[in-house]
Amino acid sequence: MTAPRHLIVPALAVLALLLLPLGLTPYTTDLVLKIMVLAIFALSLELLVGMTGLVSLGHAAFFGIGAYMVVVASPEWEAGNLAVVIAAGVGAAAGYALVVGALSLRTQGVYFIMVTLAFAQMAYFLFHDTQLFGGSDGIFLNVRPVLGPLDTGDKGQMYYGVVGALAFTYALLALLRRSRFGHALAGIRVNEQRMRAAGFNTYFYKLAAFVIAGALAGLAGTLLAIKDGMVNPELLSWHESGAVLLMIILGGLGHLRGAVLGAAAFTLLKELYATPGLVGDFLASHWQLTLGFTIIAFVALLPKGLIGLFERLRGAKP
Amino acid sequence: MDLATFLVQCLNAVQYGLLLFLVASGLTLIFGIMGVINLAHGSFYMAGAYLAFGLAPLFGDNFLVMLLAGVLLSALFGYLLEWVFFSYLYEREHLQQVLMTYALILVFEEVRSILVGNDVHGVPTPPWLSGTIPLGELMTYPVYRLFASAACIAVGVALYLVVNKTRLGMMIRAGASNRDMVRGLGINIRHLYRIVFAGGVALAALAGMIAAPMSSVYPGMGGHVLIISFVVVVIGGIGSISGALVASLLVGFVDTFGKVFFAEYSGIGIYLLMAIVLVWRPQGLMSKGY
Repeated sequence: MTAPRHLIVPALAVLALLLLPLGLTPYTTDLVLKIMVLAIFALSLELLVGMTGLVSLGHAAFFGIGAYMVVVASPEWEAGNLAVVIAAGVGAAAGYALVVGALSLRTQGVYFIMVTLAFAQMAYFLFHDTQLFGGSDGIFLNVRPVLGPLDTGDKGQMYYGVVGALAFTYALLALLRRSRFGHALAGIRVNEQRMRAAGFNTYFYKLAAFVIAGALAGLAGTLLAIKDGMVNPELLSWHESGAVLLMIILGGLGHLRGAVLGAAAFTLLKELYATPGLVGDFLASHWQLTLGFTIIAFVALLPKGLIGLFERLRGAKP
Repeated sequence: MDLATFLVQCLNAVQYGLLLFLVASGLTLIFGIMGVINLAHGSFYMAGAYLAFGLAPLFGDNFLVMLLAGVLLSALFGYLLEWVFFSYLYEREHLQQVLMTYALILVFEEVRSILVGNDVHGVPTPPWLSGTIPLGELMTYPVYRLFASAACIAVGVALYLVVNKTRLGMMIRAGASNRDMVRGLGINIRHLYRIVFAGGVALAALAGMIAAPMSSVYPGMGGHVLIISFVVVVIGGIGSISGALVASLLVGFVDTFGKVFFAEYSGIGIYLLMAIVLVWRPQGLMSKGY
């Protein structure tokens, strides 16, 4: 496949996202905004799970820390500086990822899954149980951050900003994947022993991937906090970590498109199942039931996720 | 802190630790033998507690009979569950199983909400266990908590005997150390999986039933226990039952005394413990053998 053809779909997607607000209600635009933020979050985990083969079940910690830093780095009644806010969110998430990664990468496989989960819970309880950051109720962001003429309080500007952030994340990961670093990560995923024998310090590569993934999750978190105007400890909970893992598996592991598709599918399914007009009052109030069974059906029928489905429909080789 | 308070806290720690052991031993067995990371394990604990809430009016004073009935019901439930949802997943990647168990959590939570609603319920302590024992001059200790510890110890001993002294236990141990070899020896590993899963579900549900009269029965009670059990399994070493015992007691003490001394930061204590253990021994305290 030639390079330009490879860029057609992402370019069209960005164009479509840029034009979307023209034809959508504010509610739907907000939904698209949410999907884009979650897509960044899912992409960050794809770097770990799909590209490096490290399954983390504690990724929400970095997402939540990024979100909290928005409120921490903003003055109470004035608009914060957007650059400072994002730097704080991304930096804090990367910092925690460095600590967690340094410790948890000593373990492998299932231990790694459980250890990342436990470190995320540790962060969760820090925000939930102590009064440092508003306790279990969370805190509100009174004024959205600005940077010069840019004002994230403006819905339109925020929307285009998030489109930019998503495109940036996608492009960054696509480049990483083609780089020497990305190839090393792929090698680690397939056979870490052999990579080590070939002279790669695999620990360092995995740690670097973990920190980058944490930083990008932090970016997604900051964007979510700015969008919602509030944060609460549930952002760090293991349900959130599970949900984002679900998104990338649902979309199809090993593809950046899969992460974006999965984030969209998961959010839309949730929205759909909770709409009384579409599924009736009973099911709408018990949307987790339908979502649960849908996921079970996905696991049973589509082991390769949505990407796999598309490939099967196209009849293309995997 | 005087001696009596210290003693009470120790008893609480042991009781909490033993209860965790019941949940964690099932989790560690299911993982060690089947290779399934069962996120839904906390839901079985919750199911047990709600089972106690549902069965208590039917059985009245016969608390032990109720426990037995609950264990049988949940084992049957686990057996069927493995059959319907897991039996075709072993050839697939771990992640598919994680996804499946995550979906099951959602389903269980909603089924619970449909069947019994979202209110917090209490389960009465059976009358013959509702007294207290004086400790020192001022303190008393509830009999039921002692009963809970004793029941957990009894189950633990039974588990030890089954795993170490029976033919089934031999197969389980063999399955944990080398799955393919067990299959090669002509043992029906599928059936073994089903039994282990049913046993794990029964253990978690039993823990939930024993805990129900002490902690009220509420939505989301499974999630908390699940995560702590993961910590126990990681500290103890995956697949090790004795490791799970040591780790659950350790976690019980750290959590209980953490709440006494550092109330506000107590939630973090056990995770710190886990981090320390992992830095020291990345494979857990007892990673091999039973």
